[in-house]
Amino acid sequence: MAWTPDQPIIRIADVHKSFGPIEVLKGVTFDVRKGEVICVIGPSGSGKSTLLRCVNALVPIERGSILVEGQEVNDPKLDKLALRRKVGMVFQQYNLFPHKTALQNVMMAPIHVLKQDRNEVEARAIALLRKVRLAEKAAAYPGELSGGQQQRVAIARSLAMNPDVMLFDEVTAALDPETVKEVLVAIRELAAEGMTCMIVTHEMGFARELAHHIYFTDRGVIVEHGPPTDFFACPRDPRTKEFLSQIL
Amino acid sequence: MKPIACHTDLPVLLPPGPALTVARGESGFGDPRRIFTPAVAIGLFAAFVISVLVNEAAAAPAAPGILAALWKWAPLIFQGFLFNLLVSVLSMAIGTVAGTALGLAQISLLPSVRGASWLTTQFFRNAPWLVLLFYCMLLLPFEIKIAGLTIPLPAWFKSVIGLSLPVMANVSEVVRGGVRSIPLAQWESAETLAFTRRQTLWMIILPQCLKRMMPPWMNLYAILTMATPLISIVGVQDSMTLTRAALSAEGRSELLVPMYLMLLGWFFLYCYPIARCTVALERRFTVKN
Ligand SMILES: Nc1ncnc2c1ncn2[C@@H]1O[C@H](COP(=O)(O)OP(=O)(O)OP(=O)(O)O)[C@@H](O)[C@H]1O
Ligand SMILES: [Mg+2]
Repeated sequence: MAWTPDQPIIRIADVHKSFGPIEVLKGVTFDVRKGEVICVIGPSGSGKSTLLRCVNALVPIERGSILVEGQEVNDPKLDKLALRRKVGMVFQQYNLFPHKTALQNVMMAPIHVLKQDRNEVEARAIALLRKVRLAEKAAAYPGELSGGQQQRVAIARSLAMNPDVMLFDEVTAALDPETVKEVLVAIRELAAEGMTCMIVTHEMGFARELAHHIYFTDRGVIVEHGPPTDFFACPRDPRTKEFLSQIL
Repeated sequence: MKPIACHTDLPVLLPPGPALTVARGESGFGDPRRIFTPAVAIGLFAAFVISVLVNEAAAAPAAPGILAALWKWAPLIFQGFLFNLLVSVLSMAIGTVAGTALGLAQISLLPSVRGASWLTTQFFRNAPWLVLLFYCMLLLPFEIKIAGLTIPLPAWFKSVIGLSLPVMANVSEVVRGGVRSIPLAQWESAETLAFTRRQTLWMIILPQCLKRMMPPWMNLYAILTMATPLISIVGVQDSMTLTRAALSAEGRSELLVPMYLMLLGWFFLYCYPIARCTVALERRFTVKN
C-alpha cells in the first residue's frame, strides 16, 4: 500500500527500546501529519533523544513499528539512504565537519551522497546559507563561527538534502542566550513554510508558540499530549503538572 | 565500532590537550624528541673536536693527520649513509601503506578482521626489530616468481621489508588511535546525511586526524632512521659496514672514535630537524586545542 500525503508522514506505534538492562522507550505511539510541527518535552533521561534517533534509524528498535512515508524503519533490509533522504536531523552539538567551510559543509552530502551536479548544488547551498542569514560566512570554518552560527549552518546542511521531515534535538541547549533566538527564528521560518518538524526542546515559550501538538514524555512513555493551549493551560497528569511547575 | 582497549604510549592515542603535553614530558628513553636537544648537538660536536685533537696528539708524527684520513674516507662512508637513508625512506613508505591498511582493519565492523589485525599489530609492535630483520633475511626467498616473471629479492631489499614490519605495526596504531580520537558525533552526523561508512572514513574522519597523526608518524621515521644501521648486522653493506671496512684498511686505532663520531654526526644532522619539527607540530596542535 503506497503512502499518500493525506496519511501521517510518521507513524510511531508501540516502540520499545532498551540499552542493555535500561528500558528507555516503553511503548511509544503517535502520528505526525505532513506539515505538522510537534514538540516533545519531558525531564532529562526520559528518552526524547532516543525517540528521535529511532526515527532515522541511528539506533535500532526492539519492538514496534516506525513508518516514515510508509517505509518501515524497523526492517532488517531497511534502505537507509532512502530513509535519510527523507529525514534530516540537527543535533544539540551542531557536529559540523571542522575541516570544511560552512559552504562545503552544506554542499558535501548532495554532491557525494545524492551525486547531484556541483554547480547546481553550490547555487542551492548559497541560497540556503542566505536563508539562515549566513551568506557572508560561506567561506568561514566552523571554528570561526559562534555556536548559533554553527547551528544555523547545521540546519542548512540538513536542508540541502531536501528532506520531508526535520528532527531537532535540543538544538538551542548548548547556545548562549543571545544566539538562541537566531536559531529559533530559522526554525520558525522553516515551520511557516510547511516543513514537518519533530522538535525536542526545553524552550517552553517556543513550543507554545510554534507547536501544533505537544507530547510530554516521562520514563519512556508519553504521559500526556495535546494542543499547546490546552497542554499548558490545564495539564491533567500530576507528572506533567510537576514538570511544568518546575520549568515555568 | 567497538573500541578495543589496550595500553599505548603513542601521543596520538591519548586525549588531546594537556594530556598530550604530559605524554611528551613522560615519554622516556629512546624517544628522538628527548635525545635531539641543542645541548646534545653541542656536546656531540665538542666530542668530535676533542677526539680529533686527542687522537691527533697521540698519533705517530709520521702518519698523515686524522682529519686527512677522515677526509679520504668520508665520500665512501657518506655513500653508505645515503644508502641508509634510502632504506629508511623505502621502509617507511612500505610500512606506512601496509600500516594504514592494518590500522583501518583494526576498526573494521567485522570482529574477525578486527581481531586478526589487532593481533598482527601487537605482534610486530612488540617484537625486537633485529629479530624481525633476521627472520626476514632467513625466511624470504632470494627471488619470487609471479606469472612466469622472476623478481630477484636482493638482501638489501629483504632488510627493507624486515624494517617495514615494525613500522607497519606502529603506523597501524597511529591510524587506529587517530580515528578513535575523532568524536563519535562526527560519525553520527555523517550517518544522518546518508554518507556510507567508507565515505565517512575517507572524506570526514581521516582528513581530520591527519594533523594529529603527523607528529607520531615523523617520530617513528626518526626512530626508524636511527635503527637502519641494524641492517649491517644481517650482512647488508651500509654506512656502518663501510666505516668498519675503512677502519680496518687504515689499521689505526686512533681513528676509531673520530670516524664513528663523524657518522654519528651525519645521523644527528639528519634526524635533529625532524625531531624539532615534530615537537613544533605537537606544540601547535596542543595550543590549538
Ligand atoms: N547509546 C546509549 N547507550 C546506553 N544508554 C543510553 C544510550 N543512549 C541513551 N542512553 C540512556 O537512555 C536514557 C534516555 O536517554 P535520552 O538521551 O533519550 O534522554 P533525553 O530525554 O534525551 O534526555 P536529555 O533531556 O538529558 O537529553 C538515559 O538514561 C541514557 O543514559
Ligand atoms: Mg537528549
